[in-house]
Amino acid sequence: MAESMPSLLRTPLNAEHHASGGRMVPFGGWEMPLQYTSILAEARAVRAGVGIFDVSHMARLHVRGEDATAFLDRVLTAKVSALRSGRARYTFLLNEDGGIIDDGVVARLDDGSGAEEHLLLVSNAGTRPTVMAWLERWSGEFPRQALHDATTETAMVAVQGPQAAALLDGMADGTPSEMRPFACAAVSLDLGSGAPASAVVSRTGYTGENGFEVVVSAGDAVALWRRLVDGGATACGLGSRDTLRLEAALMLSETDVGPSTTPLEAGQDRFVNLEKEGFVGREALLRMREQGMQRRMVGFQVLAQGIPRTGYTLWKDGARVGEVTSGGYSPTLDMAIGLGYVAIEHATPGTELTVDLRGRAAPARIVKLPFYRRPKS
Amino acid sequence: MTENPRDLRYTKEHEWVRLGADGTAEVGITHFAQDQLGDIVYIDLPGVGSSINQHGKMGEVESVKSVSDLYSPVTGEVVEVNQEAVEHPEQVNEAPYDKGWLIRVRLADPGETEQLLTAEQYEALVAAEEH
Repeated sequence: MAESMPSLLRTPLNAEHHASGGRMVPFGGWEMPLQYTSILAEARAVRAGVGIFDVSHMARLHVRGEDATAFLDRVLTAKVSALRSGRARYTFLLNEDGGIIDDGVVARLDDGSGAEEHLLLVSNAGTRPTVMAWLERWSGEFPRQALHDATTETAMVAVQGPQAAALLDGMADGTPSEMRPFACAAVSLDLGSGAPASAVVSRTGYTGENGFEVVVSAGDAVALWRRLVDGGATACGLGSRDTLRLEAALMLSETDVGPSTTPLEAGQDRFVNLEKEGFVGREALLRMREQGMQRRMVGFQVLAQGIPRTGYTLWKDGARVGEVTSGGYSPTLDMAIGLGYVAIEHATPGTELTVDLRGRAAPARIVKLPFYRRPKS
Repeated sequence: MTENPRDLRYTKEHEWVRLGADGTAEVGITHFAQDQLGDIVYIDLPGVGSSINQHGKMGEVESVKSVSDLYSPVTGEVVEVNQEAVEHPEQVNEAPYDKGWLIRVRLADPGETEQLLTAEQYEALVAAEEH
């Protein structure tokens, strides 16, 4: 077995991944499993049953205090003041040009009575240092709050797929299946032996399936993982995670969105509360909305063999009209798909394009997103 | 490692050749190659009737993670393409020396394969690459 790579961070589940044959790769400064068996088999297991992902590398940042809401309202696009207790929301952290420093999910963990606010922001691994520095820069305006990075003290496991609720219900007294999408709750988990583990469970995910994200203390991570595996979950790595999120047309930070792309260009308008005054980046977005955008994110299907990848050029009528940000093979649709920015005049579903696959021009067609929507149950 | 059949010849580009009695040879990629590639999704092979040259690029194998060029271990004319593998590329991952064969070639010079690596030589090369 290969030894752990030096100078990468390791999650509390690192030894489990090595022991179960995980192929480890560097990601966002962490040593993470790319796959255990096959990326496509793992993706199919999530769509058909239940898969688990170690997502402990993601940032878990807590803000507590009277000013917690006002502080995050200053730096996030979501209207945090309207976020009720036990609710979570997808949101962006913007720079002053309206570009995306990171995307994330913000959840309200306090009881909503107003005195001791407690918000949790879950954002990405690679951007954690940048996000922390950004938050610290703006925190001076809000003295009555404290920011705490709990990433290395905790672990987070995503449990995703049509069987996810049933699996977690058995560990949590039936609570998970009663949670609405984007609900968030403190839950006591029965991990099979020993004392129950305190967890924060949210009905969120990055796969397009029904599912949950479970945060526990670092010390409970292995017991949680093993309990889930014993309960029939398939261990899934980052390769399948990327395949699934692409099918669901979910953004990847620093790939589909980043500091030089705005949420408006990325088609993420519904996660920006432009009416909310005073958030960083708002002015730039209002200007962009007024002046109109030059480009817009689209999804496309490739109509021939070959996989579009980051940086490949998109052409129309002999002119370069855009670039692929993410691409891959969709096992659910049995075709190659991609996301990319295209000049606004061509950024319409139905538009025929060609994608330059390493010198070969392949026909492609822009489609409505998402590529995959889970069947209504 | 005993997974590389002893009766085949190998290249440093991780292809194998199985000599037939009739002057043709089957060609495919090795277990190591399919393992490194991961889930194979598309295979681009030369058509029946095309000429290929030893060590020349003859096609591509695309997996979820990457694309690899395919090189021909032999010189000759392609007489058969494994359509089943083209349509079900996972067969190349599952059985690279068996159902996952790629093309059959009528050899211009059957003696050419003597220059290629034996299984033992190939395994030594792979062991060196893995460290």
